Amino acid sequence: MPSTTQAGARRRPAALLATAALLAVGVGGCGPSDTASSATASPSASASVATGVVGIRDPWVKAADKGMTAAFGTLVNDGETDVTITGASTDVSPMELHEMIMKDGKMVMQAKPGGIVIRAKSTQVLEPGGDHLMLMDVKQPVRPGDELTFTLTFADSRTQTFTAVAKPFTGAQESYAPGHGASPTPGMSMSPTA
Amino acid sequence: MTPEPASRPVRRRGLLTGGALAAGGALAGVAGVTAFVDKQAEDRDDRLPAAVPVAAVGSTVEPFHGPRQAGVATEPQAHASFVALTLRAGVERIAAGRMLRLLTGDAARLTQGQPALADTEAELGLLPARLTVTFGFGPGLYRAAGVDDRRPASLAALPSFRIDRLQPAWSGGDLLLQICADDPMTVAHAQRVLLKDSRPFATVRWVQQGFRRSPGVEPGGRTQRNLFGQLDGTANPRSGTPMDAAVWVPDGPAWLRDSTTLVVRRISMNLETWDLLGRADRELASGRRLDTGAPLTGAAEHDVPDFAATGPDGLTVIPDFSHLTRAHVTDDRLKILRRPYNYDGAPTAEGHADSGLIFTSYQADITRQFLPIQRRLAERDLLNEWTTPIGSAVFAIPPGCRPGGWIGEQVLG
Repeated sequence: MPSTTQAGARRRPAALLATAALLAVGVGGCGPSDTASSATASPSASASVATGVVGIRDPWVKAADKGMTAAFGTLVNDGETDVTITGASTDVSPMELHEMIMKDGKMVMQAKPGGIVIRAKSTQVLEPGGDHLMLMDVKQPVRPGDELTFTLTFADSRTQTFTAVAKPFTGAQESYAPGHGASPTPGMSMSPTA
Repeated sequence: MTPEPASRPVRRRGLLTGGALAAGGALAGVAGVTAFVDKQAEDRDDRLPAAVPVAAVGSTVEPFHGPRQAGVATEPQAHASFVALTLRAGVERIAAGRMLRLLTGDAARLTQGQPALADTEAELGLLPARLTVTFGFGPGLYRAAGVDDRRPASLAALPSFRIDRLQPAWSGGDLLLQICADDPMTVAHAQRVLLKDSRPFATVRWVQQGFRRSPGVEPGGRTQRNLFGQLDGTANPRSGTPMDAAVWVPDGPAWLRDSTTLVVRRISMNLETWDLLGRADRELASGRRLDTGAPLTGAAEHDVPDFAATGPDGLTVIPDFSHLTRAHVTDDRLKILRRPYNYDGAPTAEGHADSGLIFTSYQADITRQFLPIQRRLAERDLLNEWTTPIGSAVFAIPPGCRPGGWIGEQVLG
């Protein structure tokens, strides 16, 4: 069994991806048997959900000892209709759906009106500086390496759960838009402890 | 990861960059691949000589998952960073497991050319260049986690040797991250990602960065040269069964089987006093020719040395104080696998070198394999005149893991 594979086909510009992927399939048919599995190995510390209302890729949550923090990931809607997330929940904290907006020349976060929409046949990235699932007041430390279970609620009342690993992360210091939320100290806690 | 050490590109490389396209012209991807090759040609500066195809170095992937960790039997990459960490007070078994889950996740992704989760420089995670991340557990990790009963019996601080001038700054460590790739940017990014995830659990004890020849500079499989100009690693067990017998624990409980141990020694090499030697004396000190690496009684690098052969003066051709004589082992089970990297620090104001070797030795059992060799070398090896061990650390390299698992799960789980 060869111990090395080539990741080149997946690194090409988007215009070539389709053909490159086809090529990979073609090669897989006659090439070494571990080519495909090596090149598409999934992360081991990150749980993701392949079935459900939407696909949830690379979910993670920012570790925090207390206060506010947030969960991120990529939502994939392979369906023919738009999907709207109207709520999120987890055991350790009340949650809100947030977006980042420009206010008085500054990026601030606020609750996202109407929820998070994932258009048909498209993806919606939740990331620091953009839309995110906000944990409003962490009741017990979310420690690095912990796995948290989240439940998403959709506009049609369906739900979907997923787990996300907690990462130490010093970014995502979003400040809260004035007038929102109850926390007197804006921003998320830093430097989680082990 | 597999017992098969030789890394070889799969056929896709040929398809992407070479004439194999013509033969396989019926493939649906021909148009796209041709475009890729053309794009490469456009990017290339015509004043430069034809380069190694970029995909052949940057995009080559070493497997991460498997029964054994990668980065041991793996054909050595050009660049390495050895990062030793000290666990923070209070980090016990559960916390160490959380740390290793995070670090395993990072390694599993980055080695396959995928940015880490929450990777703040995601673009730097796209070219793995044969990246491997190998995890080593120092004796202190077993103590902190309360699993000392799962510490391999031979894993303990080495006895001190007469020749040692060990500095704490290069010695010890609870957790080792051995990061190797054919590109230094890839190593730097992986180190940054791994350290960011380790910070809640551990502090940096020491970092040793080293290099070998770059990919494409010489054919693969060559024995590397150290900065004395010597071939270094000739006596390694051959890949396959001999290497397996030397390196991997063949049986035992899950935390032991398919594990190995690693001795990391920082060897300062005094290029200033080495410069005082003529070529003949240099060859007598090592017992091998400088050009071919052949024993002084042979013609080719892998010729069997004849320690009994004598010269016209009645003395043995290979001196009994030579490095070759003192280090020589014939039984594969008693051999060690060396995978060394050179270091070359900033010279002094007077132009004196700060050069040496990050000596690494992998073996199933330190006591059975490494220590007898090291004792013989410490006792009498002429090379000791020009080399000084200034750092020393020992680690167990626990077994590998399956997708979804984590390195250390058999030890800490």
